[in-house]
Amino acid sequence: MSSLLRQSLQDRRLAAPLLEEIRKTAADIPGNARVMEVCGTHTVAIRRSGVHSLLPDNILLVSGPGCPVCVTPTSYIDNALHLLETTKATIVSFGDMLKVPGSDGRNLAGYLGRGRVRIVYSPAEMLPIARESAEAVVFLAIGFETTIPTVAAAFLQARRAGIENLFLYTAFKTVPPALRALLDSPDRNLDGFLLPGHVSVIIGEQPYLFLEKRGGVPGVITGFEPLDLLQGISAVLKQIARGQQRVENTYTRAVRSGGNPKAREIMEQLLEPVDALWRGFGRIPASGLVLNQAFRDADAQLQFSLPPLRNVEPPGCLCAQVLQGRVLPAECSLFGKRCTPETPVGPCMVSSEGTCAASFRYGDAEP
Amino acid sequence: MSISERITLEHGSGGALSRQLTEQLIYPILSNDAYRELADATDFEIPGRTFITTDTYVVDPVFFPGGDIGTLGVFGTCNDLAVCGARPRYLTVGLVLEEGFPTADLRRVLESVRASAEQAEVRVISGDTKVVPSGKGGGIFLNTTGVGEALGDHLLSVNNIKEGDSVLVSGPVGSHGLAILAIREGLKIGATLQSDCAPLFPLCEALYALGGSLRFMRDATRGGVAAVLNEAVAENRKCGMEIQETAFPISGTVAAASDLLGLNPLEIANEGVMIAVVAPKAAAEALSRLRSFQTGREACQVGVVSVRHPGRVILETAVGGRRILDLPRGLLLPRIC
Repeated sequence: MSSLLRQSLQDRRLAAPLLEEIRKTAADIPGNARVMEVCGTHTVAIRRSGVHSLLPDNILLVSGPGCPVCVTPTSYIDNALHLLETTKATIVSFGDMLKVPGSDGRNLAGYLGRGRVRIVYSPAEMLPIARESAEAVVFLAIGFETTIPTVAAAFLQARRAGIENLFLYTAFKTVPPALRALLDSPDRNLDGFLLPGHVSVIIGEQPYLFLEKRGGVPGVITGFEPLDLLQGISAVLKQIARGQQRVENTYTRAVRSGGNPKAREIMEQLLEPVDALWRGFGRIPASGLVLNQAFRDADAQLQFSLPPLRNVEPPGCLCAQVLQGRVLPAECSLFGKRCTPETPVGPCMVSSEGTCAASFRYGDAEP
Repeated sequence: MSISERITLEHGSGGALSRQLTEQLIYPILSNDAYRELADATDFEIPGRTFITTDTYVVDPVFFPGGDIGTLGVFGTCNDLAVCGARPRYLTVGLVLEEGFPTADLRRVLESVRASAEQAEVRVISGDTKVVPSGKGGGIFLNTTGVGEALGDHLLSVNNIKEGDSVLVSGPVGSHGLAILAIREGLKIGATLQSDCAPLFPLCEALYALGGSLRFMRDATRGGVAAVLNEAVAENRKCGMEIQETAFPISGTVAAASDLLGLNPLEIANEGVMIAVVAPKAAAEALSRLRSFQTGREACQVGVVSVRHPGRVILETAVGGRRILDLPRGLLLPRIC
């Protein structure tokens, strides 16, 4: 995106009419409207631009389960630590994951600098690492539909290059099943979704259409610049005010209604759906992706006999409720006290896209 | 005998080669009328209240667009004195060289130290050189200790800051950190990025002459202006600040490069930019004084001191939202200065 476009997408003169529209619509909504931004990148973009501070008092933005590090169970870290301690394997991961404490408080970052844990910025970097290693190399394969195709492409490329010592420890998640779980929750308290822009680039509009069925809520695919956010918020509020429940795309400069079929094809070559355990939610049917039959030999969980994941939360940590939008970060007694970005207790404070980290950094309501 | 092309461990042994390096390379470049002989210590006289500061430079790469570790080592330490209201007078230079460091590069750094010291009107009066084995150092590390003479009796301090005071920035932010990052990561957009490394003393002296209206100055190095503003309100405790994101001068290249990298220019290191807090009635005069210098020609007011949120810096964003401007967290960039 050009710098000029970026500038105009945060221009307050252009924002003014959108804000006016939001104010008018909000006045038509009786009581409060709770809108969940599902995606961690949205959480950060909203807080960093201060868009949340511009909204009428009866409009509440709550963060959802859209930070991949945050929804990965603690026992995944325990298993990765176990792998380091019982095998000679090297672990390759994105940086955020390394700081998440396991159930005994230890993290993977403790192994940095000893050559056993490597941080990468792009999945493509796992290929040369595996090529140079005589031992097994295990990639911590977490992420949503945004990340999964690039990991899959890099892995398939490594396979084509004849690399056999590369394993994936998959905890991939897909967004629509989590939305369905939120919708089906007996005590749900949500009036609409801001749907994730980047995930939608891949999956398009179709997988969200269940939102339009009976008992659904409006869902608006939204971009990440301040004007994108205001446009998405305005659209979801209009639907709430009119009692509609449609899937709408306001991020048309990036998201096509059919998504990106090529990227999905790459995912499908390698992966198949599985019931997956989410931190904060428990098991959600068909919400994860694991290596399919043809690639089972590269599944780290199977090949290293890692125990199945379970959810164990650190005492006092409310990340589970925060991820479901039930509790605001500041309502957790650890927030800002025992739990800070430097000494995180739960994952929502670790990840740069975590709800607690964003609240801690940028503040919650209008400061 | 001529000096070898690369630094060896013997150059730090204290023996013949150490002596040769000092006598034939280092001292001839750095000597001046206040540093007349190679004794164990040098004496000097400064009348009245005296300031001292020390800083160590580990920047990677050693040479970057707009400067090198030598310019940084001189201007950085002189700027620390200047923002406290002191005229930089004397410097010591400590070198830690890695075995194998090219002697020609060392010469280039020393020439930079000399030229920068002349520009900053400060004299090098003592030095030291050590060599560490190959692989145990970063080519060259440099420590400078600076001594300065108080410009007057008025003590600058965060505790002088009062509600309603004006917060000024002396120039465009973000260029040093991005220039380093661009060259390190081989970013094409970085070709036109230059470090802003420059002496701030002339600007500080001009503001100091405002007397009690000048409350506080600090150069915005590591952590950028975000760090300085937060340090000021954290140390003051009674006041907070209300800052406007769009008020900061930012060059088009810096804006584009930080966009691309997902960085906030307010959190990026500078080496020739300072924050000054002045009484509101003196703000216009302070800005006109700053703007009379090349380094300060884009100076402007970026916010005001407020007591609504003590200890907090509140940022009004481009779109008009409000949020906390926090201390930068995590390691943005190692070895930036």
